[in-house]
Amino acid sequence: MMGIQPTLLISDAVLFLLLAAVGAYVWRSRRSERARATWRGVFAARMGRWSAWVMVFFVSVGVFDSLHFRVAVETPAGQAQQYSGEVLSVLDTVLTPLRTASEKTYSAPLAATLLVKESVTLADGSVARLAPAIAHVHPLGTDKVGQDVLYLALKSVRTGLLIGTLTTLVMLPLACALGIAAGYFGGRVDDAIQYLYTTLNSIPGVLLIAAAVLVVDVQIDAHGEWFNSAAARADLRLLALCAILGLTGWTGLARLLRAETLKLRELDYIQAARAFGVSHGRILARHVLPNVAHLVIITVVLDFSGLVLAEVVLSYVGAGVDPATPSFGNMINAARLELAREPVVWWPLATAFAFLFTLVLAANLFADAVRAAFDPRGAG
Amino acid sequence: MITYLIRRLAYALPILLGVNLLTFALFFGVSSPDDMARLHLGGKRITAEAVERWKVQHGYDLPHFYNPAGEGVAKVTQTLFVQKSLKLFALDFGAADDGRDIGREIGKRMWPSLVVALPTFVLGLGAYLAIALFLVFFRNTAIDTVGVILLVALMSISGLFYVIGGQVLLAKWWQWVPISGYAPGLSGLHFLVLPVLIGMVSGIGDSTRFYRALFLEEAGHDYVRTAHAKGLSPFRVLFRHILGNAAIPILTGVVVVIPRLFLGSLILESFFGIPGLGSYTIDAIQAQDFAIVRAMVFLGSLLYILGLMLTDLSYAWVDPRVRLQ
Repeated sequence: MMGIQPTLLISDAVLFLLLAAVGAYVWRSRRSERARATWRGVFAARMGRWSAWVMVFFVSVGVFDSLHFRVAVETPAGQAQQYSGEVLSVLDTVLTPLRTASEKTYSAPLAATLLVKESVTLADGSVARLAPAIAHVHPLGTDKVGQDVLYLALKSVRTGLLIGTLTTLVMLPLACALGIAAGYFGGRVDDAIQYLYTTLNSIPGVLLIAAAVLVVDVQIDAHGEWFNSAAARADLRLLALCAILGLTGWTGLARLLRAETLKLRELDYIQAARAFGVSHGRILARHVLPNVAHLVIITVVLDFSGLVLAEVVLSYVGAGVDPATPSFGNMINAARLELAREPVVWWPLATAFAFLFTLVLAANLFADAVRAAFDPRGAG
Repeated sequence: MITYLIRRLAYALPILLGVNLLTFALFFGVSSPDDMARLHLGGKRITAEAVERWKVQHGYDLPHFYNPAGEGVAKVTQTLFVQKSLKLFALDFGAADDGRDIGREIGKRMWPSLVVALPTFVLGLGAYLAIALFLVFFRNTAIDTVGVILLVALMSISGLFYVIGGQVLLAKWWQWVPISGYAPGLSGLHFLVLPVLIGMVSGIGDSTRFYRALFLEEAGHDYVRTAHAKGLSPFRVLFRHILGNAAIPILTGVVVVIPRLFLGSLILESFFGIPGLGSYTIDAIQAQDFAIVRAMVFLGSLLYILGLMLTDLSYAWVDPRVRLQ
């Protein structure tokens, strides 16, 4: 029996922390009749229910792909147990038949032979050109280096999910703190915060992100001591990308929150709380934050699909995740020139786009259901 | 009006200065010129002399803010901040890593960008508004429902899919248009068809939905009911009342991007081989040419602020109640 050593990448830890936070939110809102009714509204709509199931599928793929471990390798007796340098996930174990079944090069979906012909010496000594038989059946074919395309697409799901969610984790505290502070305190604080987000907003988004990614790349290259494996390095780059997207993407929500807080501030119950001498911190926590929470939830769900799509563009621009990380952007980037081949290799590209489309469409439909339930007025 | 413009310019200066400081902090604070030199010379085993030589060649061999070696004003001016960052205010962008003058390149490349971006913008806006009005006209019917579902599907498709799909379908299989390329003047018109079309299509989902929501909000107001009640034709209500009153929120989103059309689109230009600023930027990012990226960031902010000012002017133009002072 080979031992395993659980391995926790930083992004895994953050993801589980996020799941715990969502769990806590669910547990808390179970007790509130109103929150329960609103969420029931989300799932009562047919689109909301269906898209939620699709999202559950993608999220489970992502979670199983985040339970990482390393397999023990043969170690001479008496020495400390050693582990393989390769980090695997539970998803990898489930997909072992796909992961290990690699071919020499391209093969079409469900094909029995490779795509290209080779010169083969037959039993009677003559040489014939024919396409060699493949070792395994691949439901969606194999790519240039013979990797299973379905496996690659499933592995890309985690990257998309992480970018869509971890970014929010960075963006939310900034947007909430600054947006609400600007609206509530007004005056100098408002001026300073407005200046900050106008400045950030004025820089073209992709350029700012690309510039920050360039700079972070230089830092990661210069600091080999920050990571101890290729997986950790790729993980670090992914986290850095999320942080950059979050640091540059908080302005939209902050503006919304500022405007809403400006309105709330003048309402009677907050004026009354002030007159009673309730502290600012308490007013913000008890009276303002719960009344802007619907905006936060709507924005988080709406932003998700945009972020997943942004990864593809950023990877193309050269400011995306690590080239070794499986992601839809990297898949599309690697496959986009294959349509020009003869015979045409369309399946890696088609698979990547199909998975991406399903994920983003489900996210968009779910976001619509959430928005309709939380903000009946703004449903469009 | 003049005083208003002057005041807006005064507001713009601190923002540009902020952008300037931010990029300076990114490119010279977080990463140093030494890092840049090592990156360009490649590999780990580079001699300190090689790094120094690269820095001298590209003008990075200066202190950040204060140069004790200089005399008089040069103590302050012979620094990275003034030479590399503040000079951008004078639209002096310096030289790229390959030694070419960035300002000249920008002047040359902004026209192809505009030639592609302007028709995309104008035709796209017209199409989005028309589709949105069409859907609002048929609101609460099956046409609207199907239309919205289609729009959500369209906005769930990656922009890269439209580009690659369009190139394969229209250029490779049907051979209606060349797959990529660019020629100035009328003779290059057939090169523009595909990028403009794809640029328009890739924006349909998001923009049309946005405009539809705007129009629907407008259609819910009392004055629309009154207009219907007094017997105006539905077309007149739609075009005159709803479209007219939605003009302000439409202008808010639209006018601000007009100056930025000069910057072009990264994806379109690089896929279609258009020698504009978009492909210039993407090449610079891929070659890690920090000087060009810095110049484009500054130019982008400058054009954005210009767009904000144009937006205010456009308010005064469409709405007689708005007075700029």
